[in-house]
Amino acid sequence: MASETVTITTRSSRPAPWRDPKIRAIVVQVVFVAVLVALFAFLGNNTIVNLRRQNIATGFGFLDREAAFGIGESLIPYSPADTYARAFLVGLVNTLYVSAIGIVLATILGTVMGLARLSSNWLVAKLAQVYVETFRNIPLALQLLFWWALLRGAAPPPREAWQLLPGIFISNRGITFPVPFAEAAYPWMALALVAGLVIAFVVRRWARARQERTGQQFPTGWAGLGLALGLPALVFLASGAPLRLDVPALHGFNFAGGTVVSPEFGALLIGLVVYTGTFIAEIVRAGILAVSWGQSEAAMALGLRSGQRMRLVVLPQALRVIVPPMTSEYLSLTKNSSLAVIIGYPDLVSIANTTMNQTGQAVEGIAMIMAVYLAISLLISLAMNLYNRAVALVER
Amino acid sequence: MADIDIAEEIPLPAQQRPPIVSSGVIGWLRANLFNSVFNTLLTILAVYLLAMTVPPLLRWALIDAVWSAPNGQACRAASGGAGACWAFIGDKMRFIFFGRYPYQEQWRPLASVIIVIGLILASCDRRMWGRRLILLWPAGLVLVAILMWGGIFGLPYVATEFWSGLPLTLILAVIGMAFAFPFAILLALGRRSRLPAVRVVSVAYIELVRGVPLITVLFMASVMLPLFLPAGVTIDKLLRAQTAFILFAAAYLAEVIRGGLQAIPKGQIEAADALGLGYWRRTRLIVMPQALAMVIPPLVNNFIGAFKNTSLVLIIGLFDLLNTANTSLTDANWQGFATEAYVFIAAIYFCFCFFMSRYSQMLERTLNRGRRR
Repeated sequence: MASETVTITTRSSRPAPWRDPKIRAIVVQVVFVAVLVALFAFLGNNTIVNLRRQNIATGFGFLDREAAFGIGESLIPYSPADTYARAFLVGLVNTLYVSAIGIVLATILGTVMGLARLSSNWLVAKLAQVYVETFRNIPLALQLLFWWALLRGAAPPPREAWQLLPGIFISNRGITFPVPFAEAAYPWMALALVAGLVIAFVVRRWARARQERTGQQFPTGWAGLGLALGLPALVFLASGAPLRLDVPALHGFNFAGGTVVSPEFGALLIGLVVYTGTFIAEIVRAGILAVSWGQSEAAMALGLRSGQRMRLVVLPQALRVIVPPMTSEYLSLTKNSSLAVIIGYPDLVSIANTTMNQTGQAVEGIAMIMAVYLAISLLISLAMNLYNRAVALVER
Repeated sequence: MADIDIAEEIPLPAQQRPPIVSSGVIGWLRANLFNSVFNTLLTILAVYLLAMTVPPLLRWALIDAVWSAPNGQACRAASGGAGACWAFIGDKMRFIFFGRYPYQEQWRPLASVIIVIGLILASCDRRMWGRRLILLWPAGLVLVAILMWGGIFGLPYVATEFWSGLPLTLILAVIGMAFAFPFAILLALGRRSRLPAVRVVSVAYIELVRGVPLITVLFMASVMLPLFLPAGVTIDKLLRAQTAFILFAAAYLAEVIRGGLQAIPKGQIEAADALGLGYWRRTRLIVMPQALAMVIPPLVNNFIGAFKNTSLVLIIGLFDLLNTANTSLTDANWQGFATEAYVFIAAIYFCFCFFMSRYSQMLERTLNRGRRR
């Protein structure tokens, strides 16, 4: 073997500047930011030039002008004489309304279906599987169009409306169902409900403290349920059980009385709930399967009944797995509600679209939609993160 | 002492068949449908629901259905309004599949669909993974481009505004994922970069895109992209939608890939450093192959999502599968067959998505075999 000369380079205090990681990092970042800034400047400049050439106004001044278009359904008072800002607000309220109801119903449907897939009943498990596999694999846009065609096109006119249950009618004017007339006792019943919940909470704290001290158990759940439902029921009975239903009845060519849900809203809600429900079902199923069987066996060895086993041992651990993906399902349901534009439900995107067509101010319109959705996304993930912190595993 | 014959004293247990109630059909029924009061009630409820829904559905879809008729009125007269009119689908099939593509040339989109499906099937075979696929895909896509556009080899030129139906849906999904993938890798690396400027920009992009609905990105591409470009430069509608898809899918893919990057043990990176590999060689040779292999099942799921999302281009007026079906409903000769059209294309979407989701589940099982105990 030839002898090799080992040269030991005594490293001078610093390497050459083009080899120094610190200097390199700074150079790379400066170049990166410069390229980005140049790109944005180029695009921005083009946009300004193009807008000027096409005589399109810029800025949010249009929000104060008269919108001059009608909106099919609105939870807040609105007329075409109102401003664009008001129209946007109507759209935002509609988006939030359908998303909130959708999230609640999809959670219920998804949880039921997720548990059904784990059922020891073969038929129920298979039916739930068929539901999940079918509706998960069909695009939401198609499902919305389908439900809309069913409610608007295939449903009969009010005179021959399908009667789902007594008083609930489906016709091409929408879904009509009875609502109770407002009575003086109802606000008091709401108050009684709140009082019942507060007392139930206090009872729960007392029962916890007593169980820690003496080991004696107290049926908190039943007591709480009794308080929360019993107090309003007492008020209801004490005030003479005032219940008059405003039942829809045929009047000429349409229904009078009751409340009607438009085919657009109905189709959007059904589509969102059925589609998102499949994903929630899979999340719930995976969450419960993630709790190892040993946990259940240990709970049985401690003598817990099956209800207690689920409530005290399996569910708290499953929730840790379930909550993070559930957040993204809620977010995607909210974002998917923007597909309302396909079937003409006046949500935020559909109203912004009309506005952009009327004013030509696409940049502002899209910026407003994006800002609103980003804000909603951040709020939902904040809320779910807080909840997640409450159920997360407390580690050392 | 008398010999005691034990065999005589203790009779052998009689050859018993297993009790009828715990084996066979009855046993299975007892174990799976009637094993408790609650389950019995559930079974009765489920059977009741099935009895209420399945026979009318079958009657509508098969028994009372009309399979051939010259027009909508004849079809409705033949079924008495009680059954589905599949004659409508028969009449509109070519329009639903190929839309506004010139009628004489529709063998070209058909061939393109077959090529794309072939490529997808070939990619599902794990023996093909590697260099062969990397060569196969560009070749296949170039062939599809030649077929769809034409203009050479004697094929008449067909502008993208006439591309429609199933080929458009497949092209949007496949090209969208193919171009989103490298962009997503850069975003994922950027998000884990130690350079603050790169990291902040990557995080902002990913969170911004994931925070807004796809519709807004599509609107942006269709309305704002023309404004972004210098005067005189125009960009066709399909390309705008395709750009929106790529930008949107990249943000979601980036998060999937980041999941894979985070699962790489730090020792791998230190070992690469010890071998003297620089950042890019370390990423290309050590980190990425392991990270990507880990996230193949979620990547397939992402692909399913992208495939379903292509149906949104109907909002900006492209004629994908959903929009051609929707347009076929406006024919004056065939009024009021929306349900049939939607059920038909739902079946097409279902076939694609169901196949891919089954494949992803199968992949998850086989790829995890080494890691499972």
